[in-house]
Amino acid sequence: MPEPTEPRAPGTVDSVVRPYGDTTGDGMVQLSFTLPVAPGPRADGAALQLARKMGLDPAMVVHSHGIGGGGGTAGDGAAFTFFVVYGSVRHLVDLDAVQVEERAYPLLTPAEVDAAIRAGLRRSLVVLGACIGTDAHTVGIDAILNLKGFAGEKGLEYYREMQVTNLGAQVSVPELVARARAERADAVLVSQVVTQKDAHLRNTRELAAAFREAMGESRPLLVVGGPRFDPALAADLGVDKVFGRGTTPGEVASYLVSALVPGAPS
Amino acid sequence: MNALELDPVLVARARELAVRAAQPVVDLARAHTTVSVERAVLRLAGLTGTDPVTGGEGTVTDRVPWVNRVVDAVREQVGLEAGVALPVWHALAAGGAADLQALAEQVGAGTARFSVPTGAAAERARDAARDAVAAGLARVDANHRRREELVATLGDPPRRPWIYLIVATGDIHEDIPQAQAAARAGADVIAVIRSTGQSLLDYVPEGATRTGYAGTYATQENFRLMRAALDDVGAELGRYVRLTNYASGLCMPEIAVLAGLERLDMMLNDAMYGILFRDINPQRTFVDQRFSRMVHARAGIIINTGEDNYLTTADAVDEAHTVTVSQLLNETLAKEAGLQDWQLGLGHAFEIDPDRRESFRLELAHALLARALFPDAPLKWMPPTKHMTGDVFRGYLLDGFFNLAGALTGQGILLVGMMTEAVVTPWLSDRDLALRNVRYVLDAAGGLVEDFAPPRGGFIDRRAHTVLGEAVQLLERIADHPEGLIQAVADGTFGITRRPPDRGKGLDGVVRLAPEAYNPALELMEREAARA
Repeated sequence: MPEPTEPRAPGTVDSVVRPYGDTTGDGMVQLSFTLPVAPGPRADGAALQLARKMGLDPAMVVHSHGIGGGGGTAGDGAAFTFFVVYGSVRHLVDLDAVQVEERAYPLLTPAEVDAAIRAGLRRSLVVLGACIGTDAHTVGIDAILNLKGFAGEKGLEYYREMQVTNLGAQVSVPELVARARAERADAVLVSQVVTQKDAHLRNTRELAAAFREAMGESRPLLVVGGPRFDPALAADLGVDKVFGRGTTPGEVASYLVSALVPGAPS
Repeated sequence: MNALELDPVLVARARELAVRAAQPVVDLARAHTTVSVERAVLRLAGLTGTDPVTGGEGTVTDRVPWVNRVVDAVREQVGLEAGVALPVWHALAAGGAADLQALAEQVGAGTARFSVPTGAAAERARDAARDAVAAGLARVDANHRRREELVATLGDPPRRPWIYLIVATGDIHEDIPQAQAAARAGADVIAVIRSTGQSLLDYVPEGATRTGYAGTYATQENFRLMRAALDDVGAELGRYVRLTNYASGLCMPEIAVLAGLERLDMMLNDAMYGILFRDINPQRTFVDQRFSRMVHARAGIIINTGEDNYLTTADAVDEAHTVTVSQLLNETLAKEAGLQDWQLGLGHAFEIDPDRRESFRLELAHALLARALFPDAPLKWMPPTKHMTGDVFRGYLLDGFFNLAGALTGQGILLVGMMTEAVVTPWLSDRDLALRNVRYVLDAAGGLVEDFAPPRGGFIDRRAHTVLGEAVQLLERIADHPEGLIQAVADGTFGITRRPPDRGKGLDGVVRLAPEAYNPALELMEREAARA
């Protein structure tokens, strides 16, 4: 049985808390899940076993029904069972031990990004994107730039205050430098998928060196990304920022604003 | 059923403007071909498979299809201005290769030589090409008839709207049991979402695939496997289960052909989606969409257009009229390509901010406007996505209201909303709960469409007319552009992106046709359409 916690006066802050159903310290949680077991008493027993192993004690299966049976109604021939379980968890939460990972820049909504650019830059933020070298996999740069976007977030083309050009695949580094200069790009985004013999690292160093040589201090912000990049490598590679797997357009947009727009939220 | 009475003068004006706005697109499509259109011709003539020496150490899906190799070789040697059929069947007549497959292998070996024939030789090449492509179209026709037979014996879904459900595991062999389970649980239409980024591949991968990302590759073999699986479950359930895929992106014409060859029933096929959301070149898209729609018309496939996407980027109230404008343009371009009203699954969506007062009444107004404007089209009703926040409980309620709006306004195809939208790709239980939601609403309120007639001059009626009025104004602006729709797209009229006709992906695959150009598929399909 769980240890009952001492009742406290309302308003006091304790560093140890439990989930709250309708009484302080009752530890009540609800969860739902599916097991690959046909519905019936054995399935409900299996669900209770899982709930107990998850720390729910006592646990109640308040609802279960079969999934995948014939004829559209649950039951006959179903190979799976869906459960709703309520119960009290015996675990305690120690608030003092909670660690929150701080991002170096705040995550902004598209409206906030646009507003920050309007207020701080008073012109469009010019973004140039490309895949460099022989890499023909534009899926990364497209996910970040295309209006269609990625993971439910619209790409940078969606941001009214960004002027985005996607140069596509197999752009040479000198060409990219020339375009960045001609279009007065604020930021250059490069995605790299192919990692054969560390091509992504070699290409990135080449990119950084070319921009340094051609434009020196006035070079645009250099951002690279791809599934095999280690975000800690930015300085080593000579670029400003490295994004790894699963990066969304909103994260990139928020970073661009924090790095390029004076007075942006931070 | 038709609860709203729209001003007939305004409706006629809207249609007339849409035809005028779209005319430059039709002219452009008739004057050009694309690499994908030409590859589609070879696919209709029966050329399949991939060049085994391509693709490096990658998987079989990285290999280059023979249709790409042949079209590229013709283009390199003589250009595509005359189309691929004349040089290919001229080469076959010269006797160097026994058949198309053997000719492709000569291309692989680097020994095929192409030239554009003239005079009697051209006549002979045209005849042979026509015969070869007619065989493919005969298979498309046979599938069309087979579908009608199956629907006659097994039956259509017992009610409207048809319930449309998505599977997307990336692995065709996982998709199949999930699709069959969904059909058993009540889905009438199964859509297999494509792997992320397939729309930007300039070739169609080959074979049964198990490695898609957030979706499964559209390949002819995957189409065949899923079709057979749904036929099995349809026979078991006593109801024809429809299969959907995506004829969009750089290979739109080829995928349309594969759909016809493997008896898919519905295809996502929007006139402008690829341009606006995927930055595909406008000329490429407009040429490809006309050919693909002609194939769909011939195959008896219902197209689904993508207007719901506008509302994911723009405000669903402020920009409601852009949906109507796009529906009218999709309609006019579809009809020009030979599609009939029953084949037009024009899209729209339930995307108004639920925190806005009267949001449900506004949704009903917009949905009824589409219903009244296109009384004979099935209409594809899309669930909320933009305001699904991860609060799955609120999401489940919102999906219930979406289902109710679909039932009340007589929508034809209802895409089942998932409460875990924006959280995870749907779990087995998410799909099951979503179908329970739909079943409850349709069982409880499906007949309300008979009783629901918003009064003239009331909130819903006024809102519908406001949106129609705004749509007519926008259509006037587009029609008055010297280059109609093409320039309107360039100026960023739809959505917020500007898409000039000389930018975007796939432009290098567009070729202006020469006077001697010959496309046997277009000739045969246009002949049939003229007879109908």
